[in-house]
Amino acid sequence: MSTDTSFITRSHEENWLPILQLAVEEVFEIMLGSRVKPETLPEHEASGEFTAMIGLAGSLCGILTVRCDGKTAFQVAKCMLGDTAKSEEEVADALGEICNMIAGNFKNKLAGADERCMLSVPSVITGGEYSLHSLADGSSMEAIFLFEDAPVSVRLQLQS
Amino acid sequence: MGKIRALIVDDSSVMRKIVERSLRQAGIDLDKVVEASNGAEALVALQNNTVDLILCDINMPVMDGLEFVRQVHTVESAKGVPIVMITTEGSESHVVQALTAGARGYIRKPFTADQVKEHVVPVLGSKI
Repeated sequence: MSTDTSFITRSHEENWLPILQLAVEEVFEIMLGSRVKPETLPEHEASGEFTAMIGLAGSLCGILTVRCDGKTAFQVAKCMLGDTAKSEEEVADALGEICNMIAGNFKNKLAGADERCMLSVPSVITGGEYSLHSLADGSSMEAIFLFEDAPVSVRLQLQS
Repeated sequence: MGKIRALIVDDSSVMRKIVERSLRQAGIDLDKVVEASNGAEALVALQNNTVDLILCDINMPVMDGLEFVRQVHTVESAKGVPIVMITTEGSESHVVQALTAGARGYIRKPFTADQVKEHVVPVLGSKI
């Protein structure tokens, strides 16, 4: 979580976190057939074995990431495809699309932002031994969801 | 009900499979499915395949979906083939751009099979 305490960033975080959470819930329910709710007091930390990320540019500028362990990423792909994913590449593709849909659904819910905000093509990192340094220096918000008892982290980091 | 030949254009192979499955769940009897991962590949695919329906993403590398819709009339066999966009881009301006360029329908991701049916069946008209 950001330690930035400016009014604007706190205001964004307070107002937008529920919108981000709703965007995640809708994507999981429609595309995976799974009802997930944000953890109010997260006890779990999502591992970074699979990290999908997508850039936002324009009126809303930053990066959205979806992070989970490998077993959970395979389960996401299985639920999307209705079948076991055949390769790590397919799992990465599935998680990237989930990230893409969460970002799109989120910005579509922000009145006016969708008209002037573009999404990049998603990218996916596999393997946990890395550090992600976003140059977006504004507020960030994170929600942890339990998907089939495993934590999935969704984090939005914005340019101030 | 007639059999439908569909072209699905999306840079995600997982999403192409989901779109195909959604078409089948929507009750559309698919005879053949041609896949392409961007607009440029789709234009080439149309030169080698005759289809009754095109479903197309917008955000893709090489050639995006809006440019594809603008150029699709250059392929003789694709003239008049209905195009339905399936995309995360939900803004009004994207919808207007797509429909102005010639798309006949617009579905926002995430989507259900019912939404696919609602938007695809009307554009197929007498073909089904």
